[in-house]
Amino acid sequence: MAEFLEFVDVSKTFGRLRAVDHVSLGVRRGEFFSLLGPSGCGKTTLLRMLGGFEIPDTGRIYLDGVDITDLPPNRRQVNTIFQNYALFPHLSVWENIAFGLRVAKRPRREIFNEVERMLALIQMEEHAHKKPHQISGGQKQRVAIARALINKPSVLLLDEPLAALDLKLRQRMLIELDLIHDQVGITFLYVTHDQGEAMSLSDRIAVMNQGRIEQLGTPAEVYEAPRSSFVAAFIGDTNFFEGRVAEIINDDYILMQIDGFPSVVCFNDKKMKVNDLVYLSVRPEKFRISRERPQLDGRYNLISANVEDIIYLGSHTKYWVRVDEYRLAISQQHGRFLLDEQPIRWKDDVWIWWHADDGYMLERYSEADELLIQTPPEEVGQNGAVPAPPRAEV
Amino acid sequence: MKRSPLPLLTTLLVLVFFYLPIAVLVANSFNASRFGGTWEGFSLRWYSRLWHEREIWHAFRNTMLVATTATLVSTILGTSAAFALHRYHSRLQRFHYALIYTPLVIPEILMGMSLLLFFVALKIQLGLFTIFLAHVTFCISYVAMVVLARLQDFDFAIVEAAMDLGAGWWTTLWRVLVPLLAPGILAGALLAFTLSIDDFVISFFVAGPGSTTLPIRIYSMIKFGATPLINALSTILLVFTFLVVLLTHHLTREHHS
Ligand SMILES: Nc1ncnc2c1ncn2[C@@H]1O[C@H](COP(=O)(O)OP(=O)(O)O)[C@@H](O)[C@H]1O
Ligand SMILES: [Mg+2]
Repeated sequence: MAEFLEFVDVSKTFGRLRAVDHVSLGVRRGEFFSLLGPSGCGKTTLLRMLGGFEIPDTGRIYLDGVDITDLPPNRRQVNTIFQNYALFPHLSVWENIAFGLRVAKRPRREIFNEVERMLALIQMEEHAHKKPHQISGGQKQRVAIARALINKPSVLLLDEPLAALDLKLRQRMLIELDLIHDQVGITFLYVTHDQGEAMSLSDRIAVMNQGRIEQLGTPAEVYEAPRSSFVAAFIGDTNFFEGRVAEIINDDYILMQIDGFPSVVCFNDKKMKVNDLVYLSVRPEKFRISRERPQLDGRYNLISANVEDIIYLGSHTKYWVRVDEYRLAISQQHGRFLLDEQPIRWKDDVWIWWHADDGYMLERYSEADELLIQTPPEEVGQNGAVPAPPRAEV
Repeated sequence: MKRSPLPLLTTLLVLVFFYLPIAVLVANSFNASRFGGTWEGFSLRWYSRLWHEREIWHAFRNTMLVATTATLVSTILGTSAAFALHRYHSRLQRFHYALIYTPLVIPEILMGMSLLLFFVALKIQLGLFTIFLAHVTFCISYVAMVVLARLQDFDFAIVEAAMDLGAGWWTTLWRVLVPLLAPGILAGALLAFTLSIDDFVISFFVAGPGSTTLPIRIYSMIKFGATPLINALSTILLVFTFLVVLLTHHLTREHHS
């Protein structure tokens, strides 16, 4: 059961603020593991406790079976890529990379070979003599990675390593990070508030909120089967519905009563009973939209709606439609483009439908979730657009 | 588009106003004439006369003694104060900052006076030691301000980075902190050194018999009308101060490029 890297019941309080709240978490050897959550949720603090820069108030941290909770930073087999790289400004790229080996007093020959190997890995051979202020942001990033990797850490910690880069560079570094991880085979613990980064890089993701872990799973699991409405809203866009179980159809399906809607068929994986409160999440891409009323079987929910906004995005179109009090986000991939087809326009009456299996019931409903649910769907799930949840005070 | 000659004119006027007196002084120090009014040819005679003045050498020795010791002590104390101000944040720190900052704006005459009264009240013998103490008092503030400015654009994350890469405290100090902060600290020290050498008002108040420093010496020479000697001495001081300022400028600029 013991994992390669393990946090057991770790907490950290700053004054009255509980930055990390009884977190238990296991990371496997060689894994690309992400901590994902909004700014201020305690990701950096958790990482700093692993690096040795903060001492936890409660709990222990184990690395490869050894308790490292009280070791100073220089005696831990972990290395960090800091948020702003923290390269040594007075040392050249070459000496920055060599720093760890110099401090460890390794033989000259070994230092030379290792640094050259690292320079090749990050493709910076011709910049070796430059000082940090003479290279670009993306290059600094790569030097920081090489400087950390040269020590052959058991775990590489990355704290929002792409946040300071512009969009183009970010996408390129994303691919490079993935390649480097494949090449070196070291465990990566990656901190980000960007769900796109986390989804594309990670083997597994821990979604954090207010110092706690809301859900841990593969990218597909947290996207398709979010445990809480927080997770559902933070990872991707979604539409929330609130209602009660009206009728049990069979073992798998129920009918749900939502204000302003006809009865809605739902897949009942949570084994709800009649009259239970249900929160349902339906992702925008699970909807279909059309002006013509489609012919559907009983496992579909079909509702008439009115179009309020349309954004054409080339590969797909986003619609916002109104059903009673709900403003729903719908995203539609374009299939064949027919010139003579009459496109859906603003203020059109349309039909929308989704399959019962594509709605997902959510377990929990916290105060923070409520804030998210009140936010219009188009503002949820984009980077940083999530409203700051109220802080847990101790 | 025709440019107005006004800015150029103003600049020239200001330069003339500032530097003409100094230029005249420097020129006269090489003037063979005893009186500044007429030019009687280039000569180094005032410099050679200066060389043989025992009193001047005595004052020079005093000034150097005070300047080096005061610089050493105020650099250590001022740097510590700057670190404390930068690293710790509490309500007391505002008070601390005010305490450090005030000597920069207090009128010198007030400072000299209060220090004199203080030393007399404590029955401390006036002399080189009291001048040293007085100089340390105001030099601390200048050193602290210079070092603090340096710390403000110092990213302490690199200290954590060094430890993260396996460096202990000593290694971090020698490989990271000292190389990066030494220029700032040295700049503070050089500033303290020039201030100590130049200081007249405060030194004048707290000096005792036999503890004449160069500026005090110059002042008393004026009373005896030995102008050509003063010209030579002032020129030497000027050149020296100028060199130190250049060095300071060079040090503070190095890592900003
Ligand atoms: N040294 C500190 N002193 C006081 N509060 C802190 C300190 N470090 C972090 N915090 C607070 O703890 C919370 C979590 O911070 P952090 O771990 O940096 O979040 P994240 O990295 O997820 O944005 C924040 O509210 C932050 O203000
Ligand atoms: Mg952070």
